[in-house]
Amino acid sequence: MRADPTPNQIQSEKLYRQLGLTDAEYDRVLERMGRLPNYVEAGLFGVLWSEHCSYKSSKAHLRKFPTTGPQVLQGPGENAGVVDIGDGIGIAFKMESHNHPSAVEPYQGAATGVGGILRDVFTMGARPIAFLNSLRFGDLDDAHTRYLFSNVVAGIGGYGNCVGIPTVGGEAVFDPSYQYNPLVNAMCVGVLPAENIVKGVASGVGNPVFVVGSRTGRDGIHGATFASAEDPNEKERSAVQVGDPFLGKLLMEACLELMATGAVVGIQDMGAAGLTSSSAEMASRAGGGLELDLDHVPVRETGMTPYEMMLSESQERMLVVMEKGKEQVAFDILKKWGLEIGEIGRVTDDGMLRLRFGGEVVAEVPVEALVDEAPVYERPVISLYQQPGLNVAVPAVEEEPADALLRLLAHPTIADKRWIYQQYDTSVRASTYVGPGSDSAIVLVPGTKKAVSLVTDGNGRYVYLNPRRGGAIAVAEAARNIVCSGGKPLGITDCLNFGNPEKPAVMYQLAEAIEGMSEACLALDAPVVSGNVSLYNESQGTDIFPTPVVGAVGVIEDLRYVTPNSFRQTGSTVILLGEMDPSLDGSLYLEMLAGQAAGDAPRFELSEEKKLQDVLYRLIRQHAIRSAHDVSDGGIAVALAEMCIGGEMGARVRLPAASLSLQDSTVNEPAFRAGMLFSEAQSRVLIEVGTDDAARVLEFAQTRGLPAMEIGVTGGQELTVEVSNGDSWLTLPVQTIADAYKQALPDVMEVPATQQVASEQQLG
Amino acid sequence: MKWAVVVFPGSNCDEDAANAIRAIGDPVDLVWHQEADLSNYDAIVLPGGFSYGDYLRSGAIARFSPVMNAVTQAADKGKFVLGICNGFQVLTEAGLLPGALLRNNHLQFRCEMVELTVRNNTSSFTSAYQLGEVIRVPIAHGEGRYFADDELLDRLEAKQRVAFTYVGDPNGSVRGIAGVINERGNVLGMMPHPERAVAAWMGSSDGIKMFESIHRTVEEGVYAR
Repeated sequence: MRADPTPNQIQSEKLYRQLGLTDAEYDRVLERMGRLPNYVEAGLFGVLWSEHCSYKSSKAHLRKFPTTGPQVLQGPGENAGVVDIGDGIGIAFKMESHNHPSAVEPYQGAATGVGGILRDVFTMGARPIAFLNSLRFGDLDDAHTRYLFSNVVAGIGGYGNCVGIPTVGGEAVFDPSYQYNPLVNAMCVGVLPAENIVKGVASGVGNPVFVVGSRTGRDGIHGATFASAEDPNEKERSAVQVGDPFLGKLLMEACLELMATGAVVGIQDMGAAGLTSSSAEMASRAGGGLELDLDHVPVRETGMTPYEMMLSESQERMLVVMEKGKEQVAFDILKKWGLEIGEIGRVTDDGMLRLRFGGEVVAEVPVEALVDEAPVYERPVISLYQQPGLNVAVPAVEEEPADALLRLLAHPTIADKRWIYQQYDTSVRASTYVGPGSDSAIVLVPGTKKAVSLVTDGNGRYVYLNPRRGGAIAVAEAARNIVCSGGKPLGITDCLNFGNPEKPAVMYQLAEAIEGMSEACLALDAPVVSGNVSLYNESQGTDIFPTPVVGAVGVIEDLRYVTPNSFRQTGSTVILLGEMDPSLDGSLYLEMLAGQAAGDAPRFELSEEKKLQDVLYRLIRQHAIRSAHDVSDGGIAVALAEMCIGGEMGARVRLPAASLSLQDSTVNEPAFRAGMLFSEAQSRVLIEVGTDDAARVLEFAQTRGLPAMEIGVTGGQELTVEVSNGDSWLTLPVQTIADAYKQALPDVMEVPATQQVASEQQLG
Repeated sequence: MKWAVVVFPGSNCDEDAANAIRAIGDPVDLVWHQEADLSNYDAIVLPGGFSYGDYLRSGAIARFSPVMNAVTQAADKGKFVLGICNGFQVLTEAGLLPGALLRNNHLQFRCEMVELTVRNNTSSFTSAYQLGEVIRVPIAHGEGRYFADDELLDRLEAKQRVAFTYVGDPNGSVRGIAGVINERGNVLGMMPHPERAVAAWMGSSDGIKMFESIHRTVEEGVYAR
């Protein structure tokens, strides 16, 4: 066993820096403790005061999120948020990032991301019913990107398929900004009785504390890797934890069985910072203390020090507080599932986290100091953000609209994602009412006639071009997708993926995106109930697009409201809800033309958005709508194409350029034409209605002040778009657009990855 | 009639199978893998999932589970055993069905709706189907490529022991085989999931006929031919 440095050495040799504390932070620790901390104690502070655990850079801004509402049963601060769908049923959900691990070890990074979010949800006492994931990668022409992409997808499937929870939706966006910094955000959704939410609290003096699940090993200990002097790349890779989905499944079943006994006082996943964060946070929530005897932690190897046990990030472990006298209940259930269990301590009321090992007290620190008094930084924010897209030179539009449409459909961000989701078990639990590929996924809620509508959304390009508006759009689009599918948005979870917070411009992006998101959450009545922040997403000094990703949950009160996103019947009328707009600001089309993100973020007005969602919500409840599809990446042309592909039928569309009061001469200018077809102006939805209903639907929208116009009719084998003066803009067979859309990902991924799947175990 | 659905550590389609059985109105028990006695049941389902994590080879550990002795005894008595996905893998590992399930030829997990051709409609599992009928049932597996040598394959085909073949080719199975029956006709293994195709909203209700076929055979008192 290695001897720990002495308290004096930690101070004089500034070893605390290796533990993640700055000089100022170390001084604060000294002041608070009134003595020199030993190595274990300094380690506890280092990890709990880290950005990852303490949110010290973002906390001041996160407080702006609206987090309450009558539908919120549990807001931020617990392992997951919970919203009420009525009938005594709560929906627990959370999304979390696993970006950094996935960048160095994509398979395990993604797999453990899924495992971690799964545990966060079932610790609420919720039975998990769905996964979603939101992914960002660089350009797929790059072999390393293909390696990251294929292994992240395999890792998500490897964990999710094995634990038997369907992966029902998500998104994947490809942009050079994420070349070295992929984003892997995983979301889990569970169902629980509304009155039985289990919390992560260590309360009740004398109650016993258990470590259950897997044994504790030396994996994921940062201190150990900092201390060695090997190749930095090697170090990093070995610091990534390895997941065991089989154990994760058993742990889920065992914990749900244990919580159903009613004898669990509190429970928490041992995620980042393992035993340290779980014990300190549980004690903090109860306002008490904990005394742990580390000799009783089940370990994988001999000679583990208290420091290593406290900092280990071995996966598939939980910290559980039981009612005193119910110890045997825990032992029996864990034994049935073949899992480890160690009674390691008890709840105290002295406010201290006290650790014993080998009969000695090896650490004694006030819980408040570790958790509640973690530093909060008001990092500098630049006062003027130079919107980076405003001065980007855009070449003249020369491409024919049909060619541009085919190119957009084949862009991996827009193209069919079947290559991804056919590697996920989407139908296990036999409750997936609508799986991947729709505006939102719909999953039946056991024991009710209701369903939940689930979606993830986020557009880093928009946030980069205009952080505040981009943030608002992320929330609005997620909510809009739920409304399009027939649901009512209830709440959101978010992953805030940003660059280096020590850069004032990045802090501006973060602060403003949160402002924009908060405004949209308030207006659309979708409070934030959980989430996380991932900073330092940069490499070689270049930050990623600021990318807040929103995971939203809505309720489908009646399955008759479920609305598909592709054409259902020939001869239907196609209506655009929202405004025609020829502006290409922030669009994918403009990015492809200019070679970089260009312009402002797309036009967006919160009041228009609210009107749109309200009208659409009501029309669906009047059974007036056959299908509905959000206008997003690629604009109206791509939305039409997707509705044709999914419905296997064409449409004849005439865009009312005249409604924009433009002269005839402008109408056929290539840039105007491209704008009409590919603008990503927000708050727009295409709907398909019966011809007999069209007048009524238009009138309904107009009386509520929402622009709405009839733009076409479904049928035939071609998608044709012409302008109101009769000129034809594009004509393409549905088969041709379907081929471009469906073949893009399989074609590019046929080039083999640079490395085979890291772990080949999880196959069923 | 009474059904058992075996639950191995790592099974994850056990509830789905039980729900499909309840949907045809039959009683069903979920039976833990430590159970050594299945004599109360007329039909036993080995469900999909990742028994024991499938770390060595799919189904390779599960075959040593205590409940597998009881499954073998039940099969010997002519009771019905249906192995779905991981259950099929377990049955081949246990020697109750011939052949083996290898990793998909494209090396990826594959989940999608597939079409199957019914190759035998005289078995107790498939009597509610038409011969040659094309049905839709989803797959969800990484190791579903059926393999056997030509001699065995010829024998299986000659005796109508191939229950289903894939219309397409989702995994590289030899001769497109998706499900096989034992010689006595009371054990069926298949990679597709009939329990996930029991209602129109699931995209197909073709799977329900499999459970109904078994039900009818048992209720009419006709044990295996």
